Amino acid sequence: MCLAIPGKVEEITTEGGLRVGRVNFGGVVKRVCLDYVPELEVGDYTIVHVGFALSKIDEETAEKTLADFREMGVLDEELGTEEEAFARAAAAPQSACPDGSCSN
Amino acid sequence: MAEEVKTGSPVVQKDTPDFSNWSCPLPLADYPTIVMGHGGGGKLGNELVEHLFLPAFRNPALENLGDAAVLDLPAGRVAMSTDSFVVQPLFFPGGSIGELAVNGTVNDLSVSGAEPKYLSTSFILEEGFPLAQLAAIVDDMAKAAATAGVKIVTGDTKVVERGHGDGCYINTAGIGVLRPGIQVGPHRAQAGDAILVSGTIGDHGMAIMSVREGLEFESQIRSDCAALNGLIADVLEAAGGAVHAMRDPTRGGLASTLNEIAQSSGVGMEIDEPSLPVRPEVQSACELLGLDPVYVANEGKVVFFVAPEAAEQVLEVLHAHALGREAARIGRVTAEHPRMLVARTAMGANRVIPIQIGEQLPRIC
Amino acid sequence: MKYLTEFRNGEIAQRMAREIHQITTRPWKIMEVCGGQTHSIIKNGIDQMLPAGIEMIHGPGCPVCVTPLELIDKALAIAAQPGVIFCSFGDMLRVPGTEGDLFQVKGAGGDVRVVYSPLDAVELAVKNPDKQVVFFGVGFETTAPANAMSVHVAKRRGLKNFSMLVSHVLVPPAIEAILSAPGNLVQGFLLAGHVCSVMGYWEYPPLAEKYKIPMVVTGFEPLDLLDGIRRTVVQLEAGRHEVENAYERIVTREGNLPAQKLLGEVFEVTDRAWRGIGVIPKSGWRLNAEYRDFDAEERFHISGIHTEESPLCHAGDVLRGAIKPAECPAFGKQCSPRHPLGATMVSSEGACAAYFNYGRFLSAEELAGAGSGMTGAARG
Repeated sequence: MCLAIPGKVEEITTEGGLRVGRVNFGGVVKRVCLDYVPELEVGDYTIVHVGFALSKIDEETAEKTLADFREMGVLDEELGTEEEAFARAAAAPQSACPDGSCSN
Repeated sequence: MAEEVKTGSPVVQKDTPDFSNWSCPLPLADYPTIVMGHGGGGKLGNELVEHLFLPAFRNPALENLGDAAVLDLPAGRVAMSTDSFVVQPLFFPGGSIGELAVNGTVNDLSVSGAEPKYLSTSFILEEGFPLAQLAAIVDDMAKAAATAGVKIVTGDTKVVERGHGDGCYINTAGIGVLRPGIQVGPHRAQAGDAILVSGTIGDHGMAIMSVREGLEFESQIRSDCAALNGLIADVLEAAGGAVHAMRDPTRGGLASTLNEIAQSSGVGMEIDEPSLPVRPEVQSACELLGLDPVYVANEGKVVFFVAPEAAEQVLEVLHAHALGREAARIGRVTAEHPRMLVARTAMGANRVIPIQIGEQLPRIC
Repeated sequence: MKYLTEFRNGEIAQRMAREIHQITTRPWKIMEVCGGQTHSIIKNGIDQMLPAGIEMIHGPGCPVCVTPLELIDKALAIAAQPGVIFCSFGDMLRVPGTEGDLFQVKGAGGDVRVVYSPLDAVELAVKNPDKQVVFFGVGFETTAPANAMSVHVAKRRGLKNFSMLVSHVLVPPAIEAILSAPGNLVQGFLLAGHVCSVMGYWEYPPLAEKYKIPMVVTGFEPLDLLDGIRRTVVQLEAGRHEVENAYERIVTREGNLPAQKLLGEVFEVTDRAWRGIGVIPKSGWRLNAEYRDFDAEERFHISGIHTEESPLCHAGDVLRGAIKPAECPAFGKQCSPRHPLGATMVSSEGACAAYFNYGRFLSAEELAGAGSGMTGAARG
């Protein structure tokens, strides 16, 4: 219930009393209502759902999160056994209960 | 004639066609839109043939204007295919209904292993349809036919009352000659076969979406609409019997085609998602609307099922052709999980890709 | 795409999954509330990457699944009327009502149109003054701001031919209903990241405290989901039950204040029937008195609808996790993705559709055992 994707604000105008931006989603541009994120400026990234910007993407936080993710699992000592276990798990057929409603 | 398509507008404004090249343009110029009489077989209908279809499609078989076209065919087996085209909008980035109508049938014949030769075309036009648009469509068809090396040898026009058609529907039927020694079919894919695709997926469907009312967006995405007979000829010449099956993944996209052939051949298929060629803007457009590129239509791509030892060679041949530059090996046919298409995701996990039920719709969820 | 593609890195995902394997010592059941998260889990195969003991339960977080049958029937009745342009998100087009769906209404001549944004529907109203344009305003708190603004714009422009059929549902009451239900098995929650981008997450600590359940605000991309799951497991293993934010680049504690302001001006809280679950008090929003003029239910007095769920459909039991899809007698027989009886089979994130598509992947023997309470040990 929440398909929202990140895009870059390229232009801001006013249309019909609304603050509207041309937002670029990886090469595809859409007009988006920016009224809910008044601090957005050209060059900012924002998350957009059904034609409305809902939040500015905090780029510093995004970079930090990515950096944290990259660190994860890199310093494992016992990589060998875990690797086997993971390989086994990854090679296993799909969950018997993909809906997760199996009771144990 | 202006070819520019305004992105974001579902109907393209085309200039009035240049009538000066036509033998006697005046009668048509009197009627800027289609009227019921144009389908009646009388004077108005004849004028359409004389002044629009004939000059565009020019060939002796057509010019005889008989009730049927009389054709010479070499001895051997003949393939025949038909398809109807009802796309909206009629003109979209990278193509039009006219090009689709010609290339669609050319491609159906080609993937059956035949060399396409002759096409028929039938129009069902809505009363009030602008003549300028019909002329543009016909011009597109003529150009597509010339590029594909096929002739449009017979046709028909009917007109329906205003409100009873979407402007213009086109049916084309085609005849092709089967290449000797080539046996391809949807039931012929075998375990171990390599699955190759001739280029990027999802271009056509997303080009249409980009100009569809209510969903439109700005992008550089263009339909990949193209005649594939040349490309396929190159592949068959190089690899011959090593090509077991071919299909163009049109409606329903790559996923539907792979599922259909898996069903027909009674085999399973595995594809590697990271290896699927997708243009970045097509991927972005799919993200925007919540669509999966594997289900999006293509109009200028082929999927090949090839004996594994010939796969590299076929890829080379594809890469050497203008329409196959981004060809890629995307997976293999397997005896496991028969009739099921499984994809290995970028995460290294597996997901089953089922056959699509109905049209893929944009989602918010 | 920047800030999207990086969060789909397969190599990092596998390392994160390995971390989860290392820290998991006991079985845990975690529910993701949002349908978009379910979609991403299934599409990327995230649940396969988890240790056998961790089960993701797909929650009722998709408007397709929870929009009341009666409202669907009203939508069908309105859409079938001449002079109406009925606009909807694509998700709703194949949801079955008592008789048929919006797609079928379209086929029978109704003017049903898919739009990307509710503002597109407002535009249609401006362009078609002789028609009544109705927008199907369903969704969680994520979509409510868009719907609120659209109605607000329609009012400001004095449009007389625009109305909205509203069925907004709220996440916190749904979570409370799940947690308070007898026999609840859910031990941890992934909170819906985009819902929280609007509403913040300040509503959840009381719930976490009351039911002693950890809750982690989670995004939608594979790395975000794995991180959300990891943090939930860390809490579960440590016996903690706090609310954490794993989607910090988008979500703040207070949420989007301008959006909340307009939501308060346009909507009011109401009881809502959740399909298959029943009425959850104060779990939805409807247009308030100021905007009641734009309520399609008021504008179109639909009567004589006979609303009846298929007696064969057990979607509600599935949504609550009471039964598995394979245990429904209609599963795979009268009910399939091609002929769905209920919403959980229509929606690609519905548990029944997911199980139908993936259950086939199992060997025949495993499937035969699947309907009778297979334990985790039998997998892999």
